[in-house]
Amino acid sequence: MKQRRRRGYVRAFRAAFPYTIPVLTGYLFIGTAFGVMFQEKGYNFLWAILMSVLVYAGSGQYLAVNFFAPGVGFLNMIFMTFMVNVRHIFYGLSLLERFGRMGKKRLYMIFSLTDETYSLLCITKAPKDVPEDQFLFAVAVWDHLYWIAGSAIGAMAGALIPFNAKGIDFAMTALFIVIFVEQWLAGGKRIPAMIGVVSTAALRILFGGENFVLPSMICIMLCLIFGRRYIEEDIEKGVDGHAA
Amino acid sequence: MPLSVGHSLLIIAVVSVTTFATRAIPFLLFPKGKEIPPLIQYLGKALPPAVIGMLVIYCLKGVNLLTYPYAAPEIIAGTVVVILHIWKRNNLLSIGVGTVLYMVLIQQVFG
Repeated sequence: MKQRRRRGYVRAFRAAFPYTIPVLTGYLFIGTAFGVMFQEKGYNFLWAILMSVLVYAGSGQYLAVNFFAPGVGFLNMIFMTFMVNVRHIFYGLSLLERFGRMGKKRLYMIFSLTDETYSLLCITKAPKDVPEDQFLFAVAVWDHLYWIAGSAIGAMAGALIPFNAKGIDFAMTALFIVIFVEQWLAGGKRIPAMIGVVSTAALRILFGGENFVLPSMICIMLCLIFGRRYIEEDIEKGVDGHAA
Repeated sequence: MPLSVGHSLLIIAVVSVTTFATRAIPFLLFPKGKEIPPLIQYLGKALPPAVIGMLVIYCLKGVNLLTYPYAAPEIIAGTVVVILHIWKRNNLLSIGVGTVLYMVLIQQVFG
């Protein structure tokens, strides 16, 4: 029984891998950038790995590099980390039921809910021959491993990268554009998609490049709540079979 | 290292717990087994497309439309990703070509 379950996981990891390749590309390089920054502060690859294992947040870890200096207060760290991750508060709302069916793995799924993993979980559906909980878990673990590997590489060999990698982080932007286009082509959900783009763009212009995320999330929630009647019709129209 | 080992470990612990807390809040508010209110169920369905739209803009937060090169690399590479993806529907192709094109644009063309 135990062995059959283990073989199930092997299959789940194999099935999930192709879906995670875009994140592999992005995380290796964004993770590398974190490793380089952390190493420049005087922390070697073991520290970078520890941080990526235990924290696992892109912009959160970039920010946290600044905490490793004398005189930064812990309350200040908590507040700044909270603000940079504030969008994550809303992600779980879409996954309450799916994670609820995942038993012991639920805690790890919540821990590993980054932007990229969230987006993948929302648009992918487990293949028929793989149990959903194992598939979702495999996606989350793959992404986490890429992130850890990227930060280790950056801390060990960041200076040795033989080509100019400037701009490679566009892989992440391109990933979100691709997911956006996929959703759009699937039909339905176009109204909430537009609400997301338009309100974030408007509030980015209004609030500037640093403090627009929380206002954007609030604006999105309000638009979704007030437009509920129309949006629910729009969602019904969707012909896609995606779980979210 | 600018700080002691103990202090550094404590920072990692604080950042780790705070990050986890932001992700865990909805699961604490609506624990397993408790009925999820219809409004929250609706938001759970409507949020992903909106959040993905937000994340596209979030990734582009550093661009400035008013100074050179007027977001041209982002607009060109982004448009190519969209067109290529509608045409071929191949994730890796769209992301790979878009990223390489963007790198060439910011390093060579507008660099």
